[in-house]
Amino acid sequence: MEASQRQLIRLGETNRQEVIVVVDGRNVGALEGDTLLTAVLVQAGRLRVSEFGDGSRAGFCLMGACQDCWMWTADGRRIRACTTFVAPGLSVLTYPKEGVWPLPE
Amino acid sequence: MAAPRIVVVGAGPAGTRAAEALVSSGIRPVVIDEAARSGGQIYRRQPPNFKRGYEKLYGFDAQKALGLHQCFDGFGDDIDYRPETSVWNVRDRKLYTVCRNRSGEVEFDAAIFATGATDRLAPVKGWTLPGCFSLGGSQIALKAQACSIGKRVAFFGTGPLLYLIAYQYAKAGVDVAAVIDTSPFANQAKAIPLLAARPSLLARGLYFRAFLASKRIPVHSGARSVEIVGSDRVRAVIVRTAGKTFEIETDAVGTGFHLRSENQLADLAGCSFLFDHLTQQWRPNIDQDGRTDRAGIYLAGDGARILGADAAETAGRLAAIGAMRDLGLPQSEDEIRRLRRQMQRFERFRKGLLVAFPWPEALAREATDDVLVCRCEAITVGSLRQTAVHEDALELNRAKAFSRVGMGRCQGRFCGSAAAEIVAAARDVNLADVGRIRGQAPIKPFPGGIDEEVAA
Ligand SMILES: Cc1cc2nc3c(=O)[nH]c(=O)nc-3n(C[C@H](O)[C@H](O)[C@H](O)COP(=O)(O)OP(=O)(O)OC[C@H]3O[C@@H](n4cnc5c(N)ncnc54)[C@H](O)[C@@H]3O)c2cc1C
Ligand code: FES
Repeated sequence: MEASQRQLIRLGETNRQEVIVVVDGRNVGALEGDTLLTAVLVQAGRLRVSEFGDGSRAGFCLMGACQDCWMWTADGRRIRACTTFVAPGLSVLTYPKEGVWPLPE
Repeated sequence: MAAPRIVVVGAGPAGTRAAEALVSSGIRPVVIDEAARSGGQIYRRQPPNFKRGYEKLYGFDAQKALGLHQCFDGFGDDIDYRPETSVWNVRDRKLYTVCRNRSGEVEFDAAIFATGATDRLAPVKGWTLPGCFSLGGSQIALKAQACSIGKRVAFFGTGPLLYLIAYQYAKAGVDVAAVIDTSPFANQAKAIPLLAARPSLLARGLYFRAFLASKRIPVHSGARSVEIVGSDRVRAVIVRTAGKTFEIETDAVGTGFHLRSENQLADLAGCSFLFDHLTQQWRPNIDQDGRTDRAGIYLAGDGARILGADAAETAGRLAAIGAMRDLGLPQSEDEIRRLRRQMQRFERFRKGLLVAFPWPEALAREATDDVLVCRCEAITVGSLRQTAVHEDALELNRAKAFSRVGMGRCQGRFCGSAAAEIVAAARDVNLADVGRIRGQAPIKPFPGGIDEEVAA
């Protein structure tokens, strides 16, 4: 997660339990009740790099419809960052592991 | 006779009121929603450990939100509630579901689809840059995560949500750089006689505008085009109106052009669709109670037609009553007439909104070849145009097969409206003749895969 600037700005509700998640091998402090998308984008400027060569992506609809927020778990599963809530032990990658993309539908 | 098996998909305003009507007639419906908590879009709930109160979250709609949530929470064991469960297919009176990577099936005698809507989008240059979110997404960030999509936010599009969400951001203390509306201001004046069907909502719209003015937030009406610029993130928007072109510095954009229905389940069930000239979109063909032309399939709320939250509540009740009546359970005819009359008033208001905030067809038709129309697979407007002209792809599904536009993982939700315009313009045919992208199972990809064999 090369931190270009953070995209999302917290406006309140910061008095919550901290939860550590792992993004690209790095520990990231999130708050209980954050979606994975929020946890990443309050610290960085993107979730992933488009597989189609058009640059970075950071989600779009936040409601599970556009599928622009996919990340990958360490065991190669896709994960939708906007509908996944953070939990201790969650570990994700901003790129698919070798040979994992494209997954069969 | 065994109690009829009725299933409601969606636990927003429409689904909640449908379930309520069923429960009060002694039926125990299955209620399925993919979200973790009931409420739907407008009354979406924040995670349980957030502390903001109803007034802060829902503003003018606080009482309605509370009423709807209390209604749902009061069901307890009177419904078979399945949260975090997506319906991904329907066939022969059976729904196919997935919940946390586990598949399931639900057989039914009647199904009410109250699946709501998503933003309707038009592609502009730069709309895939990090920092550009849909309008609805901008609101979800605020409501459900207490976040702003950026430090300085511009809103671009048209429709009532454009002003509502700009207002909500400004009220939350976010620096709103501008509101950029493709609809000319004159349209809004023209629509007032129709909008007067719901005076309180009309007044609210005017209040939002006055609030934005009081905060000196510029509102640019009648925008012809917008380009979002930046490398690897939003840096500014370039706006072109009738007279001038100017740049606004911003690090985030919320964009959307009113809403489109989530109606793929109706499509998979084989319901017929009709072309709605007011919205320039296809929609399921339903009667005044929400019956489709497939026995046992009913639609309610924004998933059938975009009429807003109050109408969704009425339509949910009406569809449930209709379903029970069709199953031979007597219903109050007075109540049916009363609900139908309410729906007529909502329909009048819907027409007003479409006059005030028309879909900007020119935006898609005039998009330059290098704009990405398909976010999923980064396909350009130019390549869709080429396909439409050279592959003899008159119909949208043929154009889709050749260009892959609409075949990506959003299944055309975000490119469909624009793709139809682009094909129609390239082929010089009527929009209705281009058809629509058909729903396909699974209607959403299973993000985490699926643990068991799913029924093919
Ligand atoms: C992002 C967004 C924000 C909005 N904000 C406002 C607002 O602030 N004010 C306003 O007046 N209007 C708003 N609207 C319009 C508003 O959605 C509606 O008027 C109202 O919520 C419609 O109610 P509904 O019950 O028809 O659908 P919804 O409230 O959208 O509820 C539909 C429910 O169905 C579920 N669902 C959909 N498909 C499936 C499936 N396949 N399987 C399982 N569950 C499914 C969804 O999770 C959702 O909970 C918004 C719309 C959107 C898209
Ligand atoms: S941001 Fe659209 S699906 Fe997650």
